[in-house]
Amino acid sequence: MSEIAPEAVAEQVTPSTPDATAEVGRARLRTEDARLITGRTTWTDNIQLPGLLHVAFLRSPISHARITRIDAEDARRRPGVIAVVTGADLAGEQGSLPCAWPVTEDMVLPDHPPVAVDEVRYVGEPVAAVVARDRYAAVDALEAIDIDYEPLPAVVDMERAIEEGTGLVHADKGTNTSYTWVFEAGEPDAAFRDAPVVIERRYVQQRLIPTAMEPRAVVCSAVGDEYTLWSATQIPHILRLMLATVTGIPEHRLRVIAPDVGGGFGSKLQVYGEEVVCLLLARRLGRPVKWTESRSEGNMAVHHGRDQIQRLSLAADRDGRIRGLKVDLLADMGAYLMLVTPGIPLLGAFMFNGIYKMDAYSFRCTGVFTNKTPTDAYRGAGRPEATFGIERMMDELAAELGLDPLEVRRRNWIAHEEFPYDTISGLTYDSGNYEAATEKAMRLFDYDKLRAEQADRRDRGDPVQLGIGVSTFTEMCGLAPSRVLGSLSYGAGGWEHASVRVLPSGKVEVVTGSSAHGQGHETAWAQIAADRLGVPFEDVRVLHGDTSVSPKGMDTYGSRSLAVGGVALYNACDKVVDKARRMAAHLLEADEGDLEFSGGSFSVKGVPGQARTLQEVALAAFAAHDLPEGFEPSLDSEATHDPENFSFPHGTHLCAVEVDTETGFVKIRSYVAVDDVGKVVNPLIVEGQVHGGLAQGIAQALYEEAVYDADGNLTTTTMADYLVPSAADLPTFTTDRTETPATTNPLGVKGVGEAGTIASTPAVVNAIVDALRPYGVDDVPMPCTPERVWRALRAAQSGQAPPGGSPEPGAGGGLGSAGGAA
Amino acid sequence: MPHVSVDVDGVRYEDEVEARLLLTHYLRDRLGKVGTPIGCDTSNCGACTVLMDGLSVKSCSVLAVQADGHEITTVEGLGDGQDLHPMQRAFHEEHALQCGYCTPGMIMAALDLLRDNADPSDEEIRAGLEGNLCRCTGYQNIVRAVRRAADGMRQAERPEEARS
Repeated sequence: MSEIAPEAVAEQVTPSTPDATAEVGRARLRTEDARLITGRTTWTDNIQLPGLLHVAFLRSPISHARITRIDAEDARRRPGVIAVVTGADLAGEQGSLPCAWPVTEDMVLPDHPPVAVDEVRYVGEPVAAVVARDRYAAVDALEAIDIDYEPLPAVVDMERAIEEGTGLVHADKGTNTSYTWVFEAGEPDAAFRDAPVVIERRYVQQRLIPTAMEPRAVVCSAVGDEYTLWSATQIPHILRLMLATVTGIPEHRLRVIAPDVGGGFGSKLQVYGEEVVCLLLARRLGRPVKWTESRSEGNMAVHHGRDQIQRLSLAADRDGRIRGLKVDLLADMGAYLMLVTPGIPLLGAFMFNGIYKMDAYSFRCTGVFTNKTPTDAYRGAGRPEATFGIERMMDELAAELGLDPLEVRRRNWIAHEEFPYDTISGLTYDSGNYEAATEKAMRLFDYDKLRAEQADRRDRGDPVQLGIGVSTFTEMCGLAPSRVLGSLSYGAGGWEHASVRVLPSGKVEVVTGSSAHGQGHETAWAQIAADRLGVPFEDVRVLHGDTSVSPKGMDTYGSRSLAVGGVALYNACDKVVDKARRMAAHLLEADEGDLEFSGGSFSVKGVPGQARTLQEVALAAFAAHDLPEGFEPSLDSEATHDPENFSFPHGTHLCAVEVDTETGFVKIRSYVAVDDVGKVVNPLIVEGQVHGGLAQGIAQALYEEAVYDADGNLTTTTMADYLVPSAADLPTFTTDRTETPATTNPLGVKGVGEAGTIASTPAVVNAIVDALRPYGVDDVPMPCTPERVWRALRAAQSGQAPPGGSPEPGAGGGLGSAGGAA
Repeated sequence: MPHVSVDVDGVRYEDEVEARLLLTHYLRDRLGKVGTPIGCDTSNCGACTVLMDGLSVKSCSVLAVQADGHEITTVEGLGDGQDLHPMQRAFHEEHALQCGYCTPGMIMAALDLLRDNADPSDEEIRAGLEGNLCRCTGYQNIVRAVRRAADGMRQAERPEEARS
């Protein structure tokens, strides 16, 4: 391995140590924990209201069928049953679930009734709802609903779906193609013409089930024409607007509350039919209703993630320099387009080039309908898929040229002195230092020593081979500059809102439009406000997640909360200080320009003892007895921040795996993640986010897959079949950071929520392939279960074509219960 | 309907329950003990773990009638009203939770793990918590927290040795 440019290492990229009094940068223990560790949490399902009724949904057992008859009379007569509604009953009021991202002008956008009316298009689609006095009575009555289905052809394979003559998911649309979206930069054909090296691969991003630990739940009450809806959602603000749009209930009559929410990972960035139906039922019945899903129905009905077939071509010179990259994707939409379904794969369009320089790039994505659960955002959302593609290709290029995978990356990545850098896909990366992160990761990993051990095991023919996987990733986060969203035809902006109230006692309330569901905003936001205002951390309370309390917001997803919402808070705090400065100058009978603000106190420069604290100023403003001319008696301020650019966290992840060539079993021996997420508000929270992200990315590489059989039945409906890893399935991670501040926001922050997931999947698969490459293996389809590793080895050794990312489900679904085509 | 007499977090309850009623629903819907959440319906995730006579059980796979005559401890019954239980404190101090949904079950399972093995290695902790799933933390800080709690609880039990 040749050396990483040593001058880069000397750069000041070591994480900054905050001064002892600063809150930002301090590893504060979380204030959220107090209620979470004692069981005093308000999960949606914990909410009880007088007269509360319980809802249960009957779901389609068939992937594609016409509903020819529904008889719900027996169910209605069951004891304790208040109402049974079918799609036909709701047809006049249920509307169509929204898709906010029409990615092309001619995108095919089918109607999506919350409860199916005359046709079902995936297993798990709601067909009726029962309202009863308790959970058990509601579920009991589902059995008494009698439905006749006339089966229609199931479309389960994306590549076949777009062939002529295949059955149609939406017959009236005449096609299974929702859209084709293209992007091109440079001259791709010229770049590939006469290229000394061309590598072509087909990779499959298997379908995943997000699996937040808290299942979805909704409570809705109607009092007169005022509605309150509690939901386990990431997006109370967007949900309020969308529910108003779908149901016609005026937005100002609808309050949406996201109470304590037990994780989301994108799955609760959605407007779900169950939310609409609970609202309609509360309106119809005049009584509050609650619905809580079981995990088994959730696996079928919560939107899924990933599910792409990637055809990638990379052209390079003999020295490893990339000339161009061509990306051709099939992206499975599932049966309907949900909130941002069609846009998810396009978030990868700008990331396939990764951290690398190249002359030309083309991207083409075809969104395909199938009779499966709709897909939408899952942690990383388009960017893990892109990062996987490019990082796997870089390893393939290295293997083709006989170069170390880090060396081939070094020859192509953007050097630290080249920032800001305009990438081939049209983004401007503001800051980064790939050399420094890589150098640190290699040191922590003991790269050369592990390479030596690998060589030794190869020489000895050890049945347990060592593989080393590299992923030098970047991502775009801080979603998103509104003008960019506009140019991509997204239906809304990407700003975030914050307001700061200084109470008469000097305590501070921060209201944020971001909507935490496990991230720790209550702690981190208080740190930011405490620093900017110079008040004690304990004096700041953060309010969020209720449209009555926090009326403006764009919610939490896409690693946006800190990079957008945190900056809004920063700006709002500065406005408070500006107002207070004027008031303080008045009180001190000094010129504003002669005041300095430090440690929460305004003092007159050069006049010791002449000072007013922010709290004193707040009280004086509250009393309002003596105000500057024209001064409104309040320090309260708000800010809406629209980012000028995305932010670009990056990092180098190195993974060592031991692969048992006799059993196919993969064991992660060590995992090093060096991430550069810019400035850090709370290193404890950042480390936690990285750990959890790694777990999910590793899970895609090794364990998880939503498996459908040939008839479109999901065979991984339970946690026994869909393998969320346990503590015993994951290694201890070594994490560290380098720090190049973002230059596009005053906090210098980049976001961290998705980095671990985006980076880790290719690191693990690269490691497995690296271990097996001497055996002729150049790919193992995910998840790389023992069976698939074993089959890849046997196929390579018997001279058969390697599996090449075959979508054939193996034991990936779990404990051998996943049938599939295997 | 069967009659049950159950002690939950130090309070005796006498109730008529459907024979099929799950303990977890009895706790949540009948007693209002909503500190114990439900994460799945196949007894895989462990979010609903409580102690029955000191041994961990997944309350979704125990019927309320099976708890008749037994003592149940939930996360709400830990600590002494003033101070947190050392395991709760360790989860806080090691940042062993994010969304916190798995946390009550994880804490209760960890207590049972330490009852079996007061000084577990990291590997033993990982194996011992295999029946409790967390989607947020990647488990690393949970392992640290259990180790920290184990150290603290051993020292509390053997103050003489701890001082020596």
